[in-house]
Amino acid sequence: MSFVPGMPVSVVVERIEIKKLCQGDNLILGFSIGGGIDQDPGQNPFSEDKSDKGIYVTRITPGGPAQDAGLRMGDKIMQVNGWDMTVVTHDQARKRLTKKNECVVRLLVTRKSLEQAVKHSMGSCQRP
Amino acid sequence: MDNESTYSGYSYKSSHSRSSRKHRERRDRHRSKSRDITLRGDKSVSIQAPGEPLMDAESTRGDDRDDNWGETTTVVTGTSVDSISNDDLTRISKDLEDSSPLECRRYLSPALGAVLGLFALVTPLAFLALPQLLWRDTLEPCGTPCEGLYISLAFKLLILLISTWALFLRPPRATLPRFFIFRCLLLALVFLFVASYWLFYGVRVLDSRETDYRGIVGYAASLVDALLFIQYLALVLLEVRHLRPAFCLKVVRTTDGASHFYNVGYLSIQRAAVWVLDQYYSDFPVYNPALLNLPKSILSKKMSAFKIYNLGEENSTNNSTGQSRSMVAAAARRRDNSHNEYYYEEAEVERRVRKRKARLVVAVEEAFTHIKRHQDEDATVSSPKHPREVMDPREAAQAIFAPMARAMQKYLRATRQQSYHSMESIINHLQFCISHNMTPKAFLERYLSPGPTLQYLDTSRGRQWTLVSEEPVTASLRQGQVFSLRRLDFSLVVTVTTLPFLHLGEEFIDPKSHKFVMKLQSETSV
Repeated sequence: MSFVPGMPVSVVVERIEIKKLCQGDNLILGFSIGGGIDQDPGQNPFSEDKSDKGIYVTRITPGGPAQDAGLRMGDKIMQVNGWDMTVVTHDQARKRLTKKNECVVRLLVTRKSLEQAVKHSMGSCQRP
Repeated sequence: MDNESTYSGYSYKSSHSRSSRKHRERRDRHRSKSRDITLRGDKSVSIQAPGEPLMDAESTRGDDRDDNWGETTTVVTGTSVDSISNDDLTRISKDLEDSSPLECRRYLSPALGAVLGLFALVTPLAFLALPQLLWRDTLEPCGTPCEGLYISLAFKLLILLISTWALFLRPPRATLPRFFIFRCLLLALVFLFVASYWLFYGVRVLDSRETDYRGIVGYAASLVDALLFIQYLALVLLEVRHLRPAFCLKVVRTTDGASHFYNVGYLSIQRAAVWVLDQYYSDFPVYNPALLNLPKSILSKKMSAFKIYNLGEENSTNNSTGQSRSMVAAAARRRDNSHNEYYYEEAEVERRVRKRKARLVVAVEEAFTHIKRHQDEDATVSSPKHPREVMDPREAAQAIFAPMARAMQKYLRATRQQSYHSMESIINHLQFCISHNMTPKAFLERYLSPGPTLQYLDTSRGRQWTLVSEEPVTASLRQGQVFSLRRLDFSLVVTVTTLPFLHLGEEFIDPKSHKFVMKLQSETSV
């Protein structure tokens, strides 16, 4: 998951679709994000590379739409509805996730276990 | 001229008034204020009379209370305050010899300056007066323009006189070993100037009996202008040039390592030496020889443990070096515990001093509670049966000195300051403090910390210092020079370094550009 600035990033991603839940006036997704290019990357407990300023999932509300959709704590969000999330400020990320006129957000997330799973499957015979 | 420096009085800085000095020197270069200045006498100050106390403030000798002196020395030098030891005698005689040749040399330069100044002052007036006296009838009458020139001449002369008095008629505070180059230059310039004016005047005016009086007056006015400009030059060379700091001088006293750093401008070595000495008297703590030595009991144990035996060697030429080298090697190999003793001795001394200081402070505080300033309205309040006796400060001081005398004496002995403070001086100081309403702490500040040398100095005598330098003392200061100022038993070593050149850059900060972000990982729930 480490990246070299200026070079294209290639990671294994999982596509997750979360339906927003209507709670009164708000549409909630059920997780918390941390990170962004205006934040201090050294304090991110989930990133491998401590200079990684991407958006990470820091908390999942149990029973919320995000957990049902398969989002895990520690996931790095690469895209939201086609918008890039690797080089955004924290506030921009929040805005992209909480647009009022969208009911569904389609995320591309990556995590370490995905890489390992792909390596395993490529190394040994195909998993069922 | 030799390199012996005789320092008895010199002043070139314009910022201090020297009128309080007892010896006044005449240093006018161009002008003297009026005729009667030269009639005032000068008081000579630098003779060290034999009746002076032997322990003068700067060079105390022979009174360290070293308890082991009986065992480790074979010649007893100074044992009590009242006896004169051999070195004191030689010192006194040397001082007596040194001070007498001062008298003539000191007055030579100011006298020369005064004569030249007087000459220069009289010249314009002579230029004006001579034609009037000699060929008055043939002179062309000259009305208003001449009067205008007379007025301007008068005012310029007045300004010259006032500024000469302000700048140059100050008592000098030092005599320098070699000629003061700028001053000589200016004297020569004035002499050349006035001489050439006289030459021109003599040839063109006196010989040919010039009748154009206005021209003569204009000529005299131009001389006064030129003298004003020379005075401006003198002001710049002597007073202003050395004000901007260019060098940093490190001054270290050789006996106890007390050091200070000073910033000075462009000066010659001798002028810088005088400046350093001025600062020395008020910045450096007084030199107390009794505080210097490690007790002999600690140092003497080092080398005494080994004896060297010479086994069967015929030639003894390299005996001594071999012996000392082997002793040094043996002493180095031996486990050395003298630092331990030094440490404990130091701690002991410090503890003793602190205890005595505590006793002293308490005694003084208590003594001060015994007296109170007498207010006049209290007179009616005090009962007639116990009339309070009204004392003047001297009696009050003597009255309260008794309870604190012993504590004071013990404290001074512990800090080895007893030679600087006699009972008389303590009572005087007490009287001074009482009359100025000082608290006990203010009274004690004089004794608790060793003050600057100036505090203990008897200012009526001159001070003899020797400037020791490898380069000629009229050379300007340069990076890396070292010279020293020697007195009888210690010297000050001065090292010169240039102040660094400063590259000052500029950075403009927009006041609106001060923005901050929190350095936390903020978490937003979506």
